Amino acid sequence: MAVRGVKGVKDKYDCIVIGAGLGGLTCANRLARAGRSVLLLEQHSQLGGLATWFRRKNHIFDVALHGFPVGMIKTVRKYWSKDISGRIVQLKGIRFDNPQFQLQTTYDKVDFIKLLTGRFKVDQQTVDNFFAHVRAMNFYDDDGRTVGELFEEFFPGRDDIVRLLMEPITYANGSTLNDPAISYGIVFSNFMSKGVFTFIGGTDLFINMLEEELVKNGVDVRTKALVERIIYDGDKITGVVVNGETIRAGSVVSNANLKTTLLDLLDDGALSGKFRSETEAVRINNSSSQVYIGIKEGEKIEPIGDLLFTSVAEKFDTAKMLSKDVTSRTFSVYYPELRPGQDKYTIVSSSNSRYEDWADLSEEQYQADKKALAEDTLDRLEKYVPNIRSIHDHLEVATPRTFKRYTLHVDGSSFGTKFEGLPISQDLHKEVAGLFHTGSVAIIMSGWLGAANYGVIVANEVDRYLGV
Amino acid sequence: MTKEDISQAVIDIIQEILPDEDMGGLDQEKPLRDQLELDSMDFLDIVMELRKRYSVEVPEKDYMELNTLQSTVQYLQPKMESL
Repeated sequence: MAVRGVKGVKDKYDCIVIGAGLGGLTCANRLARAGRSVLLLEQHSQLGGLATWFRRKNHIFDVALHGFPVGMIKTVRKYWSKDISGRIVQLKGIRFDNPQFQLQTTYDKVDFIKLLTGRFKVDQQTVDNFFAHVRAMNFYDDDGRTVGELFEEFFPGRDDIVRLLMEPITYANGSTLNDPAISYGIVFSNFMSKGVFTFIGGTDLFINMLEEELVKNGVDVRTKALVERIIYDGDKITGVVVNGETIRAGSVVSNANLKTTLLDLLDDGALSGKFRSETEAVRINNSSSQVYIGIKEGEKIEPIGDLLFTSVAEKFDTAKMLSKDVTSRTFSVYYPELRPGQDKYTIVSSSNSRYEDWADLSEEQYQADKKALAEDTLDRLEKYVPNIRSIHDHLEVATPRTFKRYTLHVDGSSFGTKFEGLPISQDLHKEVAGLFHTGSVAIIMSGWLGAANYGVIVANEVDRYLGV
Repeated sequence: MTKEDISQAVIDIIQEILPDEDMGGLDQEKPLRDQLELDSMDFLDIVMELRKRYSVEVPEKDYMELNTLQSTVQYLQPKMESL
């Protein structure tokens, strides 16, 4: 367990990293390995950000473990260790169940081509062209099209195909048909290369192994350490104020929300008026609701798939997917194989949600709405696990308010900011010398793989800034 | 460092980044990307390792100089020959 509070830290570091999400963690580790002195500060008592877990009774609930693309194996091997990457395995049972279609897939390119040309009756050439087009997309030649326009070009009028292609990505990163096509293309291609992967041992083991590695590499890791200010001396960043104490640093990387970093933490006067107003205009991405269901000891669930994208809505509709009147749920089913040696099953139901739908409810209404969401989720789950009501012994709901409380993200955002946050995040160090940002922006830097890789990209910038 | 030393230094760095790749038969003149499973993250790693091991800075505008082993050595030579 990391040390709590900042007592005993050094008074100066090469870099202070604010926030221990996967971006902050990976950035800190990469800099330490490059020979830099690093202090990692996390306001919560646990590392991981949204890559997190919690214990209730004898259950461990994973908040965001299912699942990530195969690229995570290489990223974890390179920037952490082979022991850690060796625990990553494929999840093969990805299911869709909605009024338009029911199917099971390994969610990779080979299987998707088979599905699209077979069951969805699209000609081979169109499918090949689609995959080639999506794969070639990259950030540097964004053609300005939206996801919706991309689908309309290749699969005109086929809202069933749009649903197949889009629903998992919307669940994974909050994107909509109005977002830039590139934000879809990169994430979709990452998954399509080999499918969906998870970590054997659960999120708790994963994050604990990362922490061990950080300590081994000399990073000072502190939890319950809330940064109040990022200090700017009129020329460059010189440190932070954390838990009331000033600690100096040659550079600061914020893995906090982009807007919180620039508009709340950073000293006034560091940003030009233009950069500030552009930051103010950045839209926050949506939040989530989750229902956690623990299965009684000794009871079991027959295999029903690992990840079930379910919806009762007639058609794919991102506004409906965000609605408090939930029609779409993704069930992550965690079988005993996930934590070898423990005979435990848990199910986590996730839906995309809007903070404003939950923010201003009275306490009474809030509790009632949470209960209704839990009950409605059990009703839906009965279709796949008919005896769920008699075999569960824990039922708990997280709302956007819960996400906000634990992560301090603006509006409890689960996926950082919308696309316009990316240039702000990337150009920050050109605007304010010594200040860097890593974290979910623009969807493509989101998710476990995107977050970890963005941490490395920023570590390279910081290392360059600190000089040889 | 001689050209040969620089070439070996680059090969050592890539080998550490891609431990499973066979570096024996690398063609000096062909793009590294066509011969190895090198992605853009790997190129960042090469740049960071050059900085750490040899105090050499490769600005982003020069990344294309790292296209082949030959072009990489040519680019690095003036920066590394005095080491």
